Amino acid sequence: MNIKYIKANLGFGLLRLCALIVGVIIFAILYDIASKGVGKITWEFLFSMPKNGMTEGGIFPAIIGTIFVTAITALLAIPLGMGCAIYLNEYANDNIITRLIRMSIRNLSGVPSIVYGLFGVVLFVQAMRLGTSVISSGFTLGLMTLPWTVTASEEALKNVPNSYRQGALALGATKWQAIRTNVLPYAVGGMLTGTILGLARAAGETAPILFTGVAFYLPFLPKSLSSQFMALPYHLYIMSTQHHSINQVRPIAYGTALVLVVLVFVMNLFAVILRYRLRKFKRD
Amino acid sequence: MRDSLVKSDLVKIKVENLNFYYTGVKVLKNITIEIKKNLVTGIIGPSGCGKSTFLRTLNRMNDVVLGAKAEGKILIDGKNIYALDVDVVAIRRKVGMVFQKSNPFPKSIFDNVAYGLRINGIKDKNYITQKIEKSLQDAALWKEVKDRLNKSAFDLSGGQQQRLCIARALAVEPQVLLMDEPASALDPTATAKIEELIQRLKEKYTIVIVTHNMQQAARISDHTAFFMQGVIIEHGLTKKIFTKPVNKITEDYITGRFG
Repeated sequence: MNIKYIKANLGFGLLRLCALIVGVIIFAILYDIASKGVGKITWEFLFSMPKNGMTEGGIFPAIIGTIFVTAITALLAIPLGMGCAIYLNEYANDNIITRLIRMSIRNLSGVPSIVYGLFGVVLFVQAMRLGTSVISSGFTLGLMTLPWTVTASEEALKNVPNSYRQGALALGATKWQAIRTNVLPYAVGGMLTGTILGLARAAGETAPILFTGVAFYLPFLPKSLSSQFMALPYHLYIMSTQHHSINQVRPIAYGTALVLVVLVFVMNLFAVILRYRLRKFKRD
Repeated sequence: MRDSLVKSDLVKIKVENLNFYYTGVKVLKNITIEIKKNLVTGIIGPSGCGKSTFLRTLNRMNDVVLGAKAEGKILIDGKNIYALDVDVVAIRRKVGMVFQKSNPFPKSIFDNVAYGLRINGIKDKNYITQKIEKSLQDAALWKEVKDRLNKSAFDLSGGQQQRLCIARALAVEPQVLLMDEPASALDPTATAKIEELIQRLKEKYTIVIVTHNMQQAARISDHTAFFMQGVIIEHGLTKKIFTKPVNKITEDYITGRFG
């Protein structure tokens, strides 16, 4: 056989191997978690409080805590991020300042989460006197999610053809009318898709909530925005490394991991469905 | 015939010493022209001569382009649309525009035509419904779409989409209609329909049309202005421009020696 074809096949084989390795790793992780965690998943596990120093009982407060804190994250990240993206893409002139803002936003997405966590302590817990609370944690996660929201929203706005804007203006719309009625409706799906992916990431984070509001063990649900709370990722961390009888609680750790993975998966699935529906609706 | 002569004496738009710049580059130079009411004025000229830019100065659509600057006056009914106290949005309502590439919005046929009415604050459902029927009739599209007003505008053919865009522009009751090569992407049948439509529309509207197509300019326009490198080389009655052009460059262009 010609040397050329041997090389071609070798190259192809290598690439296939790369894809295969990635697939095997992901499958191995998921299989490990699912196989060891699924036996633990019962109604009682999902909907009851932890008991006896967290050696028994469920993870209900951690599930509720994670949902609660993610909701606050969304409340901060969605309006602020979308507003920023709309300004940058629709109004801002392309000059040094806006380019600087854009560059900063891109770079923020690369800041390690522990840095956000410590920043959250200084800004929300101390300076704004919100204390270690679910709102401090939610805002900290919100800051971390912002770059995702802004970037995804800007991309979504860029995908709306300019002819929609021009067509609206030519009919006597103000710029804001054109954006609100003839740009945003076609961008909002894409904006939300990116935002949900960002939120899913935030839901699984430990470092930003570590010093800002998450609690080790609270056998009750957070009552208000200033309550401390339990959260799935932190609970998982405690159960797998910090608990006094780690071997005994290992199944709980696996159950927690499975619930967290499923939660994030469901959020991602939602984003995918949203994107699919958006694509169906689009031109060409 | 006499009517038409009388009408043609009324000036709708008067452009005086218009200069236009894109980021410092002068793209329109000292343009002075009168556009007559209820006539079709054709703008011809080679690519990049500034004819589309000129069209877009007439409803200030160039304002949205970064670094665009206009000097001089454009009087519509005697009022300078570049005066400082002018409401740009109101001008665009008065001076409608149809783009080169038809740009229906991703809405139903009904909502496309209703769009301009709704953003201008009209809520009366009966009025909107009547206005839509009237506009679609004026744009010679009503018969083809009356049974599927709630279907997506994207389901229409290219020519129908362009007529929909014309109907959409007509719905807000403009006085002037600007058309930027409205038939350049259409097949001959669809083009013929648009041209026929323009002939009927000029009874109610003043029409300015940019076209690449010499025959089209000769067929549909009453007046023709020939642009080159940002300057009006010659303008006047279409018949005269096409049969006895004064300028040698005009003659060369319309006979196809360059372009």
